[in-house]
Amino acid sequence: MSRTIESVVAQVGSIILGKEHQIRLAIACLLARGHLLIEDIPGVGKTTLAHALATSLGMGFQRIQFTSDLLPADIIGVSIYNRDTGDFQFHAGPIFSQVVLADEVNRATPKAQSALLEAMEEHQVTTEGETRHLPEPFFVIATQNPSYQVGTFPLPESQLDRFLMRIHLGYPDSEAERALLQGENRRDLLAALKPAMRPQELAALQHRAQQVHSSSALLDYVQAIADHTRRTADYVNGLSPRAALALLHAARAWALMAERDHVVPEDVQAVLPAVVGHRLVRAGDVTKADGVDIADHLIKQVAIP
Amino acid sequence: MTDPRQPIAWRHVAYLLLSLTMVAAPHVFYLRWWTIALVSALIAWRAYLGYARLALPSRWLLILVALGATLGVFISYRTIFGRDAGVALLVVMLGLKFLETRTLRDATLLIFLGYFLVITNFLRDQTIPTGFYMLACTLVITATMISLHYARAEPAFRVQLRMAGVLLAQSVPLMLVLFLLFPRVPGPLWGMPQDTFAGTSGLSDTMTPGSLSKLTLSDAVAFRVKFESSLPRRRHLYWRGPVMWDFDGRTWSVARFFYNTPLPKTEGEAVSYEVTLEPHNRRWMFALDIPGKVPPLAFISGDFQIYANQPVKNRVRYDMLSYLNASYGVSENRFALRRALNLPAGTNPRALELARSLREKHADDLPLVEAVLRMFRDQNFFYTLEPPLLGDHPVDEFLFKTRAGFCEHFASAFAVLMRGAGIPARIVTGYQGGDMNEFGNYLIVRQAEAHAWVEIWLRDRGWVRVDPTSVVSPLRVDSGISAAVPATDPLPFMVRGDIEWLRRLRLSWDFMANSWNQWVLGYTPERQRWLLGSVGIDNATWQKLTAILFFLAGVIVATLTALALRQLRRRVRDPVNAAYLRFCDKLRRKGLSRDPTEGPVDYARRVEGSRPDLKPAVAAITRLYVALRYGTERGTEALMDLQRRVRQFSA
Repeated sequence: MSRTIESVVAQVGSIILGKEHQIRLAIACLLARGHLLIEDIPGVGKTTLAHALATSLGMGFQRIQFTSDLLPADIIGVSIYNRDTGDFQFHAGPIFSQVVLADEVNRATPKAQSALLEAMEEHQVTTEGETRHLPEPFFVIATQNPSYQVGTFPLPESQLDRFLMRIHLGYPDSEAERALLQGENRRDLLAALKPAMRPQELAALQHRAQQVHSSSALLDYVQAIADHTRRTADYVNGLSPRAALALLHAARAWALMAERDHVVPEDVQAVLPAVVGHRLVRAGDVTKADGVDIADHLIKQVAIP
Repeated sequence: MTDPRQPIAWRHVAYLLLSLTMVAAPHVFYLRWWTIALVSALIAWRAYLGYARLALPSRWLLILVALGATLGVFISYRTIFGRDAGVALLVVMLGLKFLETRTLRDATLLIFLGYFLVITNFLRDQTIPTGFYMLACTLVITATMISLHYARAEPAFRVQLRMAGVLLAQSVPLMLVLFLLFPRVPGPLWGMPQDTFAGTSGLSDTMTPGSLSKLTLSDAVAFRVKFESSLPRRRHLYWRGPVMWDFDGRTWSVARFFYNTPLPKTEGEAVSYEVTLEPHNRRWMFALDIPGKVPPLAFISGDFQIYANQPVKNRVRYDMLSYLNASYGVSENRFALRRALNLPAGTNPRALELARSLREKHADDLPLVEAVLRMFRDQNFFYTLEPPLLGDHPVDEFLFKTRAGFCEHFASAFAVLMRGAGIPARIVTGYQGGDMNEFGNYLIVRQAEAHAWVEIWLRDRGWVRVDPTSVVSPLRVDSGISAAVPATDPLPFMVRGDIEWLRRLRLSWDFMANSWNQWVLGYTPERQRWLLGSVGIDNATWQKLTAILFFLAGVIVATLTALALRQLRRRVRDPVNAAYLRFCDKLRRKGLSRDPTEGPVDYARRVEGSRPDLKPAVAAITRLYVALRYGTERGTEALMDLQRRVRQFSA
């Protein structure tokens, strides 16, 4: 079982060079049935990562390029009058896919953003009074540019909270970059990519991730972390219960990937930056500093009970 | 931790307002109206600004108000020092401080100001209710202080009050040690050089008809007495106070100078007791007839009045010894005897006439005395708290017209008749009787028990006490004043003993108040020495006391810390965790301590990195620990395996 995960890691890692930790986080996010937000400057491989993940996991993949004139109908789909049958027929939008890559999600207007985010939360869309279920598994990978860039509509905190993880890719190290420069065209590599996992296997893994044991001592730790963020004046707001739950789910998936049937505090610490980085805002900090800094600070503040 | 420069939240302002208003509230009764108005206005202003989230006033405005208030205090009190002016100034500044309370640091400062203000309340009143009220204030202030340390997710104020209660309870042992052992200075705990005792009721150095019956309206405690052995019989309970020699026809007054008389022979039944005298701003100290001892800082006069060197402005406690049946004054100074015969010419002629006729009938002194007493008994004299008013010749009017009077009427009339008949006589005022408090086994003597009686001088027997009141109303002496006067007479509520449960209630309350007086307010250097002596610490110098104090305080703090730590550790009662902590401890001693935020796997990796030789043992222990604590392993064998491995582990 773990071999299939490792092969996905290896396969994606052959395209996105030198970013194994981020790839693992992305897979853990998926195993925990959460949505993933990748935030970084253009050109570091956000879209490539999303694409590679979807293909390697053997899932249907649709990409929506978010722009400022994108409308909700462009995402969800639209009913068109069929002259032959004499009634309206629904033409499903790109959202009806197992993996949806929402590229540059913060370039769209809040209206379009909310159409996507509603689908993420409910796993269904409602148009023209009809509710339609989205396929399972349903996984949104959104990418966004750092919010200080021109022409962005930053996602509000309440919508950021719907992403289980936010990861940064960052520049590759020199070795990886050299390999990238020497290697083949990424686009060709992507096109040649074969699924490393069948959908049933993925569903089974997602189910097993939920079964990973978290002892009361571990729950104490998760609670201690949440409690600390609520007590201290370091952050504008403390972690919500949903955030604590997200932390636990992510840590379970991480434990599963490490082939353990139980969660250890190190799992929590490993996923903490990706899980809380976009949920906590340091008090008095308008720049919304890097999530890694916040998480490192937080880890150093909370003793493991 | 919270940042002291952080702006203070509105709810914290509200808590501060609550606690400091509570502390300052008792001062309202003593402050000038403008101070109260000013402070109320300042506080209301601050509350409004905090509620509406408006900016606080500028510093210059506050400085101006502060200067104005200081000037106002100076104009009102003619000083800015001393108790009244000082407290007024402090309260005004408290209101002003509110108006510049912006940050957490300011609020903390206010908290400490509040603690200080608690003390100022004791400058006025040191009774138990004040103590309890101030305790409540301290509780609220402490809770406010706790709440200041929450930046967010603050629990309800109720929870913080409980936390404050726990904190205060933990500090009780330390408080006791500090109280008992802190080196004492002589004098009262809250002594202030000025402002004390403007008007207190009590006996005076003159006696006119009506002066004592006025006193019976007061149920204030005059003094309390604790007898070493059993209580003497009621009719011996004559507490001697001012002795009056001089009579102007209406008013008796104390002699301004004293005849030199030695202390009485120490013979007969001796009674030892301890008197706690309430302050009455006069110099008399009371003792049973006839005192055989003089308390420190006091002297005794020829007529056996005990005088303190200074007016009694604070509660004093003294040991006394009295001889109930001693004879005294047999060899009285003849100037004194002549003085005891003086009668002003032209007053009370009918009384003198009566005295002369009695003298003709009875040659001997004793039959004459008996005849007068018989007259009081048989001729329908009436004992009442509300005697009719008397005119220019009060004794005449009393003897022949009204025939209703209080003890001073009877004593005065009797003394006049004695002097008229040539028997030296003087009036003794004081108290008669007392109320036994069975809770604390001591006697309460109230102002209402003020009494006057007569001493006559008989050859060979010296001064003899005659109480004419007891002839008219034997109940006064045998059962106390409440039994003796008619039920319609206005006797203070506390003196009446009609309702049994009420009587018990007030006696138990008095017992508490008395214990408080004796052991808390009256905890003098002598008491301290006595207490320490009784636990085997003799001649305790202040250096010794300080050393003991610090030792005990250290022990208490250490004990509390140990208890708190144990409570912390109780959470790691889990044997798995305990074993692992032992393991970490062993590594710590080798310089490989585990950071509290470091997970076991990371820790093991780090240890293995720096001590590859330990790798198998560390890996096994960590694996077992993780399986037991975070995994699904529940077996006792695994636990025992872990414990064994930890035991055998050595770095």
